[in-house]
Amino acid sequence: MGSPRPRRGRSRWLEALACAGALLLLGAGPRSGYETMTPQLRAMQDDDLSNPGMLAVAEGEALFAREGCAGCHTAEAMRGVAARYPALDRASQAPIDLSGRIAQCREKRQQRPPLPREGPAMLALTAFVAHQSRGLPLQPDPRLAEARRQGEALFRERRGQLNLSCAQCHDDNAGRRLAGSLIPEGHPNGYPLYRLEWQALGSLQRRLRNCLVGVRSEPFPPGAPDYVALEAYLVARARGLLVETPAIRP
Amino acid sequence: MRAFLLGALLLGGAAAAQPMVAGDAIPGSLTGAPGDAARGRAIVLDRQRGLCLLCHAGPFPEERFQGDLAPSLAGAGARLSEGQLRLRMVDGRRLNPDTIMPAYFSTEGLRHVGRAWQDRRLLTAEEIEDVVAFLATLRD
Repeated sequence: MGSPRPRRGRSRWLEALACAGALLLLGAGPRSGYETMTPQLRAMQDDDLSNPGMLAVAEGEALFAREGCAGCHTAEAMRGVAARYPALDRASQAPIDLSGRIAQCREKRQQRPPLPREGPAMLALTAFVAHQSRGLPLQPDPRLAEARRQGEALFRERRGQLNLSCAQCHDDNAGRRLAGSLIPEGHPNGYPLYRLEWQALGSLQRRLRNCLVGVRSEPFPPGAPDYVALEAYLVARARGLLVETPAIRP
Repeated sequence: MRAFLLGALLLGGAAAAQPMVAGDAIPGSLTGAPGDAARGRAIVLDRQRGLCLLCHAGPFPEERFQGDLAPSLAGAGARLSEGQLRLRMVDGRRLNPDTIMPAYFSTEGLRHVGRAWQDRRLLTAEEIEDVVAFLATLRD
């Protein structure tokens, strides 16, 4: 009767310690924008029948078959691919993002005319391929150390007439409100994603352009390596977050 | 060097001499005349011109969606003199190099500025004076 008592006390104490430790870990790790959305928006993302991004995924699935991708690749083999992008392109020894890889496959291997990078067909194909990795943790490519370094420098560089860096909002002030909008940590784990502000599916590069123009700076030209370098850094910064494609964001 | 000279020429052409800083303030009006508080209020509330409410909240109950990245503007006129307000508007980096507040009357040191905003200050001298005059009225 006497002996179980102290043990229970100690196990409670350990439990509390474990809880505090878990909270500390949760607090320290990257937090997906999903966590800060309203329950309604989270439900919309979670339910494939109400997630508008799933229309693009279905369109991408049809294109994957119709455009000849399925001649070499199976959808199953695409599982995990998006979680490892951007990756190192062996031929050019340069970083390449998922849309870049799809474009390269189409233009070099299939010798077909390029698809506009931000057009609905490329977005749909990218969404379909990325969707195969939904629920898998991001795995930054270890070969992209140099691109990550460049990306981090871009992330911390003040720019534009408003003279703000990415880090000043998304590191230093995440969770606060810029006018009515909650500033997210700025993780890339749901792209292409459906943004309510766009009323459309869009790419990470489009989202980055929004911020670049928002601080009144000159956006990088479309397809510039700066975007891929930034993405390489963002993926490392978001290490461990799960792929959510197609995510929904306000 | 050439860029610097060009910048100096542009700045020189756009407005009068550099505003005189004394301590943590610019005591004199940038235009030599007092601003108009009513016009200043309109600039502060204008999210394309003043941009103030993106980061600051203030005593504007009719305005939805005010930011919380920076101190409230309520009582700004009691906390700071007109000269202190003016320097914080003109170039707050002189007081805190890491401030997230844009310099409203300086293009010095800006990088990668978008084409549409190149070599342009956020507000004119008249507009700065209007805003200073308005902020000075926010006494509680």
